[in-house]
Amino acid sequence: MTADTAQAPVKSRTRKPWSPSQVVLTLIGVAVSAVFLAPLAWALFTSLKSETEAVEVPAHWLPEDWTGQAWKALFATGNITDWFVNSLVVSICVTVVVLLVSALAGYGFARTEFRGKAFLMGTVMAGLMVSPAVLGVPLFTTVQQMGMVDTYWGMILPQCAPAAMVYILYKFFQGIPKELEEAAFIDGAGRWRVFFTIIVPLSRPSLSAVGIFTFIASWNNFLWPYMVTNNPDLMTMPNGIATVMNSYGIQWAQLMAGGLMAGLPLIVVFVFFQRQIVSGVAHTGLAGQ
Amino acid sequence: MTTTTPQAVLAPTRARTAADSPTARRRQGFQHGGWFVAPFLVLFALFVIWPLLRGVYLSLTDANISGDGAGFVGLDNYREALHDQLMWDALGHSAYFTLLVVPCITVLALLLALLAHHIERGKWLWRLCFFIPFLLPSTVAGNLWQWLFNPGTGMVNYLFGLDTPWLTGTSYAMLAVVITTLWWTVGFSFLLYLAALQNIPAHLYEAAELDGANVWHRMVHITLPMLRNITGLVIALQILASLQVFDQAVVMQDFGPGPEGSTRTFVQYTLEEGFTSYRVGYASAISIIFFVIIAAVALARMWLLRNREEDAR
Repeated sequence: MTADTAQAPVKSRTRKPWSPSQVVLTLIGVAVSAVFLAPLAWALFTSLKSETEAVEVPAHWLPEDWTGQAWKALFATGNITDWFVNSLVVSICVTVVVLLVSALAGYGFARTEFRGKAFLMGTVMAGLMVSPAVLGVPLFTTVQQMGMVDTYWGMILPQCAPAAMVYILYKFFQGIPKELEEAAFIDGAGRWRVFFTIIVPLSRPSLSAVGIFTFIASWNNFLWPYMVTNNPDLMTMPNGIATVMNSYGIQWAQLMAGGLMAGLPLIVVFVFFQRQIVSGVAHTGLAGQ
Repeated sequence: MTTTTPQAVLAPTRARTAADSPTARRRQGFQHGGWFVAPFLVLFALFVIWPLLRGVYLSLTDANISGDGAGFVGLDNYREALHDQLMWDALGHSAYFTLLVVPCITVLALLLALLAHHIERGKWLWRLCFFIPFLLPSTVAGNLWQWLFNPGTGMVNYLFGLDTPWLTGTSYAMLAVVITTLWWTVGFSFLLYLAALQNIPAHLYEAAELDGANVWHRMVHITLPMLRNITGLVIALQILASLQVFDQAVVMQDFGPGPEGSTRTFVQYTLEEGFTSYRVGYASAISIIFFVIIAAVALARMWLLRNREEDAR
């Protein structure tokens, strides 16, 4: 407590002293965080045990024998680097395409007029209810018909028509004051120029929120890649990890190491971008304003 | 913009008169608006609308996995589905899961968001802790909790001194999936609530404080009413997502249906029929039934919201 008052005034950024309620809230926060992080800590410690120690009864937290063999085995036996690259290619492509097409469509629906707009908007809203989970089998036969089973195209394109993202951006674009565009129109700028030079820069927080959530969803997508490919060379991280389990029997230490590898990239992204993510969510109208 | 040349002076006037005629405006509008939405609509038509129509068609046939040589069987698949106990069970499991998950996640997300919003120090740390599980792939979350729930070697029974057959007991298996889901997905709703809390104007609280409102009053009369919209959104998103549960459930049961089929969800049953039994026609029929159920839930929500808005007026 006294440390705060001893701090140089330059260093303390308008910090209030610890009030009793803050102490209580912080302690609750620490306890809840411990519950949330415990499974991850358990995974990390398990990945550093030997396979025999991992299945010892009773369970214990810390490895008696710290070893990196599970991590080594993971790289030696699996196609884990391929899966990592596949995940990266698929997620980046999906994110770029989704950002582009849903921003254009959201703007088109929010700010331009064309024949059949109301009908098309209604159809897109109905599309919110269709997902690979709901209509997986017909979607698979469609993709099969197009000859895209076991290809990158087959994994990427069906993930690129998210009605939800169009709706979120549509809501956001509706909230941008029309005057900003009208001034540019009077100066002679066309729709496309207005979109790229005025609307896109204004929408950066929303676009980054949409992009980050698309990336997370695509990186973690299990069901669609599971349906569309059986080829180990084409699998993404979540699917590859699931097969580690099936093909080698249950090797828990290795499985936990693989799981942490699959989760790590997104955790790093979130650590760096969390401020933008929260403010992006607040701006998009996702927060229900 | 230089306005010295006569053309430049005239141009805007000409543009305005042309745009005033309704047909011209519509034509010009189509050129622009149509091109803006076209790329999305192409993808949407190919991968959402067409599969939906194809699903309706396939559901009236006895198609196998390759889709060839399908015979038209009319409504036979739908008739069979009505008497298919496994389908009703699977639907029941998805509904049971949804009923447990949605209220728990909504309350939990709200409490976590209030906690993270009101602690003054280390905001980024709380955000990170509560959101981290959502960043894991579902297979990883599923495997991790399968491991934690493992009766002999897992931590859950060990820590709480229990002897519960989490993964093999018919009444516990789905509960284990629910607990996994809460831990894994609450972060998303938490983030929505946190953003909504930040959007509440501070002057409301300042005014209330001047009027002598205590913490409880401020919560009940400002915070909770201001969060009503976001709560509606969280519940709607959770219902739709929970009805479609698949990943965690299959991963935790090694891609099986769970003890006595107790974690077989609706999505899993459609995929079993389609990809394991190769009955694409029948799988399409139950997919369409599922789509109709989801649509009914979504429409019911819209209808309820509309009524509430009219009440408010």
